[in-house]
Amino acid sequence: MNESIRPRPNPIAGSGLGHEVRASWAFVERNFYIVRRYWGWEFAFLIFNVASSMSVLYIGEAQGGSAAEQQNLVLYLGIGTVVWAYLRAVFSNIGEMITWERWEGTIEYTMMAPISRLTHMLGVSLFSIVYGLARSALLLGVLALFFEVDLGGANLPGATLILLAGSISFIGFGIMAASLPLLFPERGEEMTFVISSVLLLVSGVYYPVSVLPGWMEGMATVSPATYVLEGMRAALLDGAPTTSLGGDLLPILLLGALALPLGIAVFNWAERFAKRTGRLKRSG
Amino acid sequence: MLTQERIAHRTIQPPAAETEAVGKPQPSADAVVVDHVSKVFIQKDLLRRKPPKEVRAVDDVHFTVRRKEIFGILGANGSGKSTLIRMMSTLLIPDAGRVSVFGLDVQRDEAAVKRLINRVSVEASFFKKLSPQENLLYALRLYGRSGSAVRREMVEIMEKLGIDGKRLGQPLEQLSRGQQQKVAIARAFLTAPVLLLLDEPTTGLDPRSKIDVQRFVDQLRDEHDATIILCSHDMREAEELCDRIAMLDKGRLIALDTVDGLKRAVGSEIGTADPTLEEVFIHLTGRKIDEEGEDERKDEG
Repeated sequence: MNESIRPRPNPIAGSGLGHEVRASWAFVERNFYIVRRYWGWEFAFLIFNVASSMSVLYIGEAQGGSAAEQQNLVLYLGIGTVVWAYLRAVFSNIGEMITWERWEGTIEYTMMAPISRLTHMLGVSLFSIVYGLARSALLLGVLALFFEVDLGGANLPGATLILLAGSISFIGFGIMAASLPLLFPERGEEMTFVISSVLLLVSGVYYPVSVLPGWMEGMATVSPATYVLEGMRAALLDGAPTTSLGGDLLPILLLGALALPLGIAVFNWAERFAKRTGRLKRSG
Repeated sequence: MLTQERIAHRTIQPPAAETEAVGKPQPSADAVVVDHVSKVFIQKDLLRRKPPKEVRAVDDVHFTVRRKEIFGILGANGSGKSTLIRMMSTLLIPDAGRVSVFGLDVQRDEAAVKRLINRVSVEASFFKKLSPQENLLYALRLYGRSGSAVRREMVEIMEKLGIDGKRLGQPLEQLSRGQQQKVAIARAFLTAPVLLLLDEPTTGLDPRSKIDVQRFVDQLRDEHDATIILCSHDMREAEELCDRIAMLDKGRLIALDTVDGLKRAVGSEIGTADPTLEEVFIHLTGRKIDEEGEDERKDEG
């Protein structure tokens, strides 16, 4: 650049890896503030989660069989509800990052900020994992008050490993879902909702995927939630050692390795599309 | 009043020097070069009952903005002001032409350009349930600012803008429109932009808030070495603040000069020694500035 037209350096706008890492914290902090301000809604959602989970677990208790079989079924359903609550929280939080900001009117300011999109996504994803874990822990705590849960023989580290590995692909799926409102400003959010509903149906949250029709079972094989739930159940219900969880861990990691870069690529493409067509800001 | 045909014939072209400066770095202190930029929006009927409608929001616009200048862009709703600002802000990609900020291409050097600019739009654009402080902390972290010094600065600048520091903790939705807009100005200011893009920052504000904001903009240029582009349809504001003014009509640049230059050129044509800026605009476009353009595209004006 010609020296005479060089601008004075902006004294504050940061750059480099350190700046990006610190900037990603902005999203964590902002979302924490939002959750705090909307605490009433958070409480209402928790009640809804608890009520629907308890309803499902009581259906399990109402089934016949021995006490051990009954407890096994309740635990099977309990794992489904808690794990799904977590995965859905991660998926929705990330999937709604664009819709939410567009609704508030801040999307252009976030997109204009001197940070990489990866930093943006990293921040939102980090919050989503913490938020999902906190909500699921609360749900688990309340359920434990009402139902007898014996996790004496469970492989807790293995279950944690499966859950965290599964988060990677859900982050990827969430990022892909977040790009939908950039492509379809009026319908993107509805599409995100449909995706999460389909994942709930085909992933074996409340039943083994073997009961599904063949074409749905096919869909289950590409849903990371299927393997997360199977792995969690193996670790918690059967106490399977971590070394034997490879059958679930491998597809989880494989789906994550595909979904995350694909999600970022799709989002970047959608952002450019939105900037070319003027869809960043919702019309009307 | 002039007919559309007559307007098309008597459009004032930007001075030759402006045209020459476009496209190659000049040894002048150009802050922004808008080089023959066009933007067309296609409105499609989802059910395809009607053919797609093409809205030419910006049509072959070119001008340069000098460093430390307050450069006004005047035009009615739908004239392409906001579309131009969005292209400068990296939020829209031009269909033709290019925009550069201090020699950096807005598309190719997007990340570097983002570090130099900030924007205040007609809507305050905040998380409404969050307080001004929470909103500002979020925005400032994205620009690499945090810590107690920032909090102190926040209070200082808000008080300078006439907002009690105590209001920093209240949800933003409880603040008046004028106060929200002042928080938006503070947000931009606290990131110390080299180029500040103001898109109708005082529209809808009460007279007192308007004066506060205008005084602040003036100070910003004088004390902080910032270049400012101000979109407005407030003639008086433009006249008081701007060093030069570009007039847009239906996406086209129809005139560019200092306020005095514009008045002189049009005054001699209409036989008035000292026409108002509004008279200049009416003479050049054939309508008042608060009349909306025929092809107004919602939110892309």
